[in-house]
Amino acid sequence: MQSVVEAQNLQKYYNGFPAVAGIDFSINGGQCFGILGPNGAGKTTLVAMIYCFHPVSCGKLIVLGRDVTEDPRAIKTRLGVVPQENNLDLELTVLENLIVYAGYYGISRSEAERRAKELLYFFGLSAKANQEVEQISGGMKRRLTIARGLIHTPEILILDEPTTGLDPQSRRLIWEHLRRLKKRGLTLILTTHYLEEASQLCDQLIIMNQGVILEEGKPVDLIKKQVGAKVVEVGLDSAKIEDFLYTVRDVVGGYQVAGRTVYLYVPHDDESEVLALINTFDYVEVYQVRPSNLEDVFLKLTGRGLIYGEDIEHASGSFAEIGKADGIL
Amino acid sequence: MQAEASQKLEKLTAFYRPVNRWALKVLARNLIVFKKTWATSIAFNVIEPLLYLAALGVGLGMLVEDIEGMSYTQFVAPGIVATSAMWASAAECSYDSFVRMHYQKIYHAIVATPINLEEVVVGELLYGTFKSLLSGTVIIAVVSILGLVPSFWALLVPVVLILNGLVFSQIAMIWTGLVPKIDNFAYFFTLIITPMFLFSEVFFPLDVLPRILQQLAWALPLYHVVVLLRSLTIGMVSIDLVYHLLWLVLFIMIIFPLPQVLMHRRLIK
Repeated sequence: MQSVVEAQNLQKYYNGFPAVAGIDFSINGGQCFGILGPNGAGKTTLVAMIYCFHPVSCGKLIVLGRDVTEDPRAIKTRLGVVPQENNLDLELTVLENLIVYAGYYGISRSEAERRAKELLYFFGLSAKANQEVEQISGGMKRRLTIARGLIHTPEILILDEPTTGLDPQSRRLIWEHLRRLKKRGLTLILTTHYLEEASQLCDQLIIMNQGVILEEGKPVDLIKKQVGAKVVEVGLDSAKIEDFLYTVRDVVGGYQVAGRTVYLYVPHDDESEVLALINTFDYVEVYQVRPSNLEDVFLKLTGRGLIYGEDIEHASGSFAEIGKADGIL
Repeated sequence: MQAEASQKLEKLTAFYRPVNRWALKVLARNLIVFKKTWATSIAFNVIEPLLYLAALGVGLGMLVEDIEGMSYTQFVAPGIVATSAMWASAAECSYDSFVRMHYQKIYHAIVATPINLEEVVVGELLYGTFKSLLSGTVIIAVVSILGLVPSFWALLVPVVLILNGLVFSQIAMIWTGLVPKIDNFAYFFTLIITPMFLFSEVFFPLDVLPRILQQLAWALPLYHVVVLLRSLTIGMVSIDLVYHLLWLVLFIMIIFPLPQVLMHRRLIK
């Protein structure tokens, strides 16, 4: 498969502060490439460099075979962009938004109208064609913004947090559309802080935090590699956590503590040994076994909850450290 | 040495290159929006200047004797045309551009397409210029119906209105590139546009002022616009007008890089 985006030691500084601190990656054509990370991880800066908005501070960034510093116009002609903040033209109707935007690419009026109607149909917006943009719902605005990004049939569609702020139903609808676009062979580059979104859509992803890549790979591989297939969540009195971790140390592959909850990584997909030990420990209030997910990977890598990005009281480690785990709580 | 000089020249001419078909697409976007509101837009553009003309010409004019052979109404009419055209451009490229740039993020949306920011800025300037041309032309048409424009030289008025538009669109756009908040435009209008309005020979001939102030008026672009419009409308055309014309053209050319540089510095981090 051919690589459509190639970054080497890519860096971006704002007044000396590194937003992207020297990263390397490559995106293959036809896949959905996810950039996952909490707010402030550098995701938006990264994609804005790809669509030639932010100049690169240092390193190399090749998009569709061209260097972003040399020929942004040629690159931008072949990219579609769905920015984080809706920036639809509020002074135009739904249909006009698409037609005027097509004009920026030099597409003729009649061709633009044909494509616009097709896209409105695809995104279920035909009935709203002549409405003012301000009158349609948030989910529809998002779909219209995606439609706008497709008006010139780009080779890559860049989506910066496409479903942030939408209700679950609108979110699912957008996922459905993105899956259909992927099936048609469009390359998608997607930033998100929703783990479900990343695991639903992405073939390949990088996990970013504070401007660097922590991990990369296919979502399933990442989960398997970092935490294994299953996680046992255990709720117990926080004063007893240290003792508890000591008790289970030999039968689990790793752990995370967040407040009163301990996440135990089950080795070899077999939780029976872990459960047996949990049942012998009197202070356990509640527990459950569940399939592991990207949230576990993220929590393990960054020690932070992903959705809100706040620092929760936590601790993690390998079991060699348990004996000296005074700092845990 | 020579290579260095040509490189510098290259850099300088780069500021004039955004005057191209991409900038016209930005102008086209604004014209599509304009088509929706042109009627009210023009109505307000005309009503206010005519009120001024009525109050000053008919009212104040009763108390004022003829100036250089013109009735006061005739004297003040070209000045009113110039100032309304100035206001039209200045308002467009300040408040309206700021709303598009800052609140609606339209500049951001456009620069994701093949169009670059410099071309967006030029497109906005062209639209501001269009506003000057339109507003001035409509008023001069009304004024000539009132019989205040005796000369056919007045057919050249649109050329002056275009220069006027380029001047004030740019001055306003410079401000738009600088101000942190939309409220700050109040300073722009109070400190720059209003003095321009009052001291550019719109209401009284400059020779009533002390010599030093008369010379200072040469620094005001609107003064040159007013002189040109007044001369053309009454048909007192002489070679001296070329100086005023040149002054405006040079001013436009010299400040041309500024709006682009400032907007770039503001938006591209």
